Amino acid sequence: MNLTLKIWRQKDSNAKGQMVDYKVTDISEHMSFLEMMDVLNEQLINAGEEPVAFDHDCREGICGMCSMYINGEAHGPDRGVTTCQLHMRMFKDGDTITIEPFRAAAFPVIKDLVVDRTAFDRIQHAGGYISVNTSGNTQDANAIPISKHAADEAMDAATCIGCGACVATCKNSSAMLFVGAKVSQYALLPQGQVEAADRVRNMVAQMDLEGFGNCTNTGACEIECPKGISLDNIARMNRELMKAQF
Amino acid sequence: MSGFFKSSIGRKVAMALSAFFLMIFLLQHFAINLLSVFSGDIFNEVSHFMGTNWLIQFVMQPVLIFGVVFHFIMGFILEIKNKKAKGVAYAKNNGAANSTWVSRNMIYSGLVILAFILLHFIDFWFPEINTKYIQGDWSGVHEGVEGYRYFHELQEKFVNPARVAAYIVAFVFLALHLLHGFTSAFQSMGATAGRKKTLQNIGKAYSIIIPAGFIIIALYHHFNHIH
Repeated sequence: MNLTLKIWRQKDSNAKGQMVDYKVTDISEHMSFLEMMDVLNEQLINAGEEPVAFDHDCREGICGMCSMYINGEAHGPDRGVTTCQLHMRMFKDGDTITIEPFRAAAFPVIKDLVVDRTAFDRIQHAGGYISVNTSGNTQDANAIPISKHAADEAMDAATCIGCGACVATCKNSSAMLFVGAKVSQYALLPQGQVEAADRVRNMVAQMDLEGFGNCTNTGACEIECPKGISLDNIARMNRELMKAQF
Repeated sequence: MSGFFKSSIGRKVAMALSAFFLMIFLLQHFAINLLSVFSGDIFNEVSHFMGTNWLIQFVMQPVLIFGVVFHFIMGFILEIKNKKAKGVAYAKNNGAANSTWVSRNMIYSGLVILAFILLHFIDFWFPEINTKYIQGDWSGVHEGVEGYRYFHELQEKFVNPARVAAYIVAFVFLALHLLHGFTSAFQSMGATAGRKKTLQNIGKAYSIIIPAGFIIIALYHHFNHIH
């Protein structure tokens, strides 16, 4: 298929960016979106132009590196997938595809489609962990009884890959689905109880410090999340923070 | 605790608490207005009680005014903060793919409701404050009107079709605001887990029945008075 691409080009974080049009031809419907971007970049390199910078790593939908806002949606029009798992069969011959970086004041553009998502790392550092003595006498996790329901819910929350699609798609650039998932995965397990109050307080404080917006419960994040993280995690985080005040 | 209400989640909780208060008030206001359809005398009695009871006048009324003002001001503050958090807008954004129009436009439905509240205050609240607190007349009677004046004033207000039309538009926007706001308030309080569907259904019923009821009451008095 032949496509017109409207891509955000920005030289560096200080430069003023703009949308630039490109044509790509003979794109197979079996290609992934990133493979289509590779074709474009080869085309640009052969023409002596600067290739489009974009994030990618595992290309298996599990690392959360690839981003891109495609035709007005985080990771494009498919559901439950990252951009590397989005296939060109989702588009038609002759389509014009708009490709932009994830937009949020807390995710500044580094170059073209690459944004700085280290704000998520700093939120994790603020409390997204449990303190365990690993000097050789660590208790076997399986020795602690955990209900199947709690284990499943914690595992569902833990599947968050921190890709930032929730922030990108939220009209307020709220990070509450991400933080809610990270708070929940520990709040649901006995190992997370000791530091529960400090964890939620510190992670929410860091989230606010990074400049993410307020959640207004539109539910867009849940729909666009490639891992299907539930809004229930935000409700749980809200409860955890209220509990932490007493 | 003061730190809590400065946090993003604390502000959400504060918005939700003021929303709960306003939704309870709306229900009570609707119940009293509904009386006017069945009996002008009962409506007069209840209105006079509400208008002269010291607890309602000096405690509940200031709390209500604070709740309304707080909800609007906090709504504007959050909207400005959220716009700042987004930074650069997308060249192409398909919001309809993942969220409802009402959930994305609470500020606009809120602005219509704010305009309506101003109209409502000009129609009823300011004249009431003038009569009671400036002229000092707490009798509830008016020259030429038999019994208390409240039912008569209500009917007079709904004679003008333009005012009735404005009320209908405002209540449609109130319904839209509530369609998202009802469940959203519970979600902000962390109370939706395991009962989201039930709350959504209760929210839909509340958001449609109450505003539709207000519209029916306005139309009832408009057509009844004309005849």
